[in-house]
Amino acid sequence: MIEIEGLTVRRGETAALTEVTCQVPEGGITAIIGPNGAGKSTLLHAIAGLIRPDEGHIRVSGTDVARARERDRAMLLSLLTQSAGAVPRLSVRELVAFGRWPHHRGRPTAEDARLTDAAIERFDLEPLAGREVEALSGGQRQRAFLAMAYVQDTPWMLLDEPLAALDPKYTRDIMDRLRSIADDRTTRRSVVIVLHDLSIAARHSDWCVALKSGRLHGAGPASETMTSGTLTALYDTPLRIANAGKSIVVVDGD
Amino acid sequence: MVERRFLIIGAFLLLAIGLFLLWNLRAPYGFILSLRVEKLVALVLVGAATGAATLIFQTVAANRLLTPGIVGFDALFVFMQTALVMTLGGVGFSALPGTAKFLAETACLMVAALTLFGILFRKGAQDVVRMILTGVILGVLLRGLAGFAQRLLEPSEFAVVQQASIANFNVVDETQFGIAAVALGLALVAAWRMAPALDVAALGRDKARTLGLSHDRIVFGALAVVAVLVSVSTALVGPVTFLGLLAASLAHAALADHRHRVLIPAAALIGAAILVAGQAVFERMLGLQSALAIVVEFAGGILFLALVFWRRAS
Repeated sequence: MIEIEGLTVRRGETAALTEVTCQVPEGGITAIIGPNGAGKSTLLHAIAGLIRPDEGHIRVSGTDVARARERDRAMLLSLLTQSAGAVPRLSVRELVAFGRWPHHRGRPTAEDARLTDAAIERFDLEPLAGREVEALSGGQRQRAFLAMAYVQDTPWMLLDEPLAALDPKYTRDIMDRLRSIADDRTTRRSVVIVLHDLSIAARHSDWCVALKSGRLHGAGPASETMTSGTLTALYDTPLRIANAGKSIVVVDGD
Repeated sequence: MVERRFLIIGAFLLLAIGLFLLWNLRAPYGFILSLRVEKLVALVLVGAATGAATLIFQTVAANRLLTPGIVGFDALFVFMQTALVMTLGGVGFSALPGTAKFLAETACLMVAALTLFGILFRKGAQDVVRMILTGVILGVLLRGLAGFAQRLLEPSEFAVVQQASIANFNVVDETQFGIAAVALGLALVAAWRMAPALDVAALGRDKARTLGLSHDRIVFGALAVVAVLVSVSTALVGPVTFLGLLAASLAHAALADHRHRVLIPAAALIGAAILVAGQAVFERMLGLQSALAIVVEFAGGILFLALVFWRRAS
C-alpha cells in the first residue's frame, strides 16, 4: 500500500501540493486525475522519491521513500516519466536492458538477459529489438519504455501520462498491456498512472485519486470517485459518465 | 562491428606512432629515438587525457558541444603564467623548479576546476545556458585580468608569458612524465570503472535515479576525474581547448555506440592519434613553422561551428 500523509511540496513561493493525505491499495490500476496544474506529476514524482516533501510522509509498502537509498527505491518502484528521452544510438534491446540495472549494477548475468528477452517478447518488441529508439514512432517508443519499467521487476509501476500523443490504437494497446500486468497474479504488480483522458481512466482504473489545485479532491474506488458530480466539480465544467455499449465514456454534460 | 572500428582507430594510432618515431630517422639512432619517445609519451598522455575528459564531461553535461574548457581553463592557465611572471620576473619564472611548478599548477587548476564544476553543476546539468554563460563570463574575466597584467610587463617578460601560454610539446620536462603518467593512468582507470554508471547517467538525472543510480555522486566522481585529466595535461604542456571536442566528436561518429566502456578508450585513442600524427607532420614536413596546438585549435574551432550550425539546421 502507498500511504501519503499530510504531503506538502512547494516550488518556490507556490505550493504544488498542499496537505495531501490518501492511500493507494496494492494491486490493480490506480489513476491519478485532475485538471492541468493540479499536481498529478508532482505527486507521482514525490511517490517515486524524486521530489523531497517539504512536509508530510510517503510510505510505499512500509518504506519511507524520501529517506530510502536510491537503490532500495529502485527495487520497490519503477517510473516512466513524461520526458522519457533516450540517448542517441541506443537500441530497443539496450534500452529495455537498462531496466535490470538496479539488480546487476553494471554486471549483467544470464538471468538479466533472459528477463530482458522475456520483456521484449511480452511487449511484442522482437521485430524492433535491434532498431534505434530514436527511429521509433511514439507508440513503439512508449512500449519500449514500458518494457524497460516492466523488466525492473518492482512491485509498483508509476507511469506519468504514458498515453500522451498516442492514437486510439496505441492507447488501447498500452492500457490492455497494463491491465494484463496488473491482473497477473504471479508477478503481483500495482500500476499507478497519471491520466488526462477521463474515459480511459473510468474504463480501466480500479482506484482513483483526484487532485485539484494541489489539494486532494477525492480518493477511492474508481466506480465511487468517478461520478458525474465529482468530475463536474473537479474540472469546473459539466461532465457526465455515460455507458456506450460495454464501455464507459465521459462526455460533455450539457 | 564496434570491435572492427576500434581496431581501425588503434591501427591509425600505431601508424601515427610509427611515422613519428621512424620518419627521417638518422644517426645517432638511439639518441634521436630516445628524444622522440619522450615527446611521444607526452603527446599520447595529453591526447588520451583530453579526449577521455571531454567525452566524460559531455555525458555529465548532457551536451555534446561542451568541453571542460567551458569553465575558462585556458584563461585560468594563462592568468596563472602571467601572475607568476609578474611576481617573479622573467628570469625568476624560468628558474622555477619544473616539477614543483608543475605540481603547484596542477593543484591550482584542480582546485579551480572542482570549485567551478561544483558551482556549475549545483542544480544538476539541466541549466546548460547558465553553465555556458558562467563559463564565458569567468573566461572573459580571467582573460581580461591576464591581458591587463601583460600590458604592465616588460617586452622580454611578455615574450616569456606568450611562450608559456601556448601548448608546446617541444619543451616538455621529462621529469614530470612519471607523475603525470601515474595521475592520468589512475584517472583513466577510474573513468573505466565508472563507465557502466555513466551509461545510466546518460539517460538523464531522473531516469538514472529511478534505476537506483546515485546520480549526484556519480556526477561528482566523473567531474573529479575530468578535473585530474584536464589539470594534469594542461599543467604538463599548456591548454589545448578544442582537441577534446575533436576527439569526442570523432569517437561518437566512428563508433556509433552508447557504451562508455568503448567510447572512453576510443576518444582517448583518437585524441592521442590526432596529436601524434599532427606533430609528426609538423616536425617532419613543415619544419616546425607553427605550433601544433594552434592548428588543433583551428580545426577544433571549425568543427565546433559546424556542429552548432548542423544542430541548428536539424
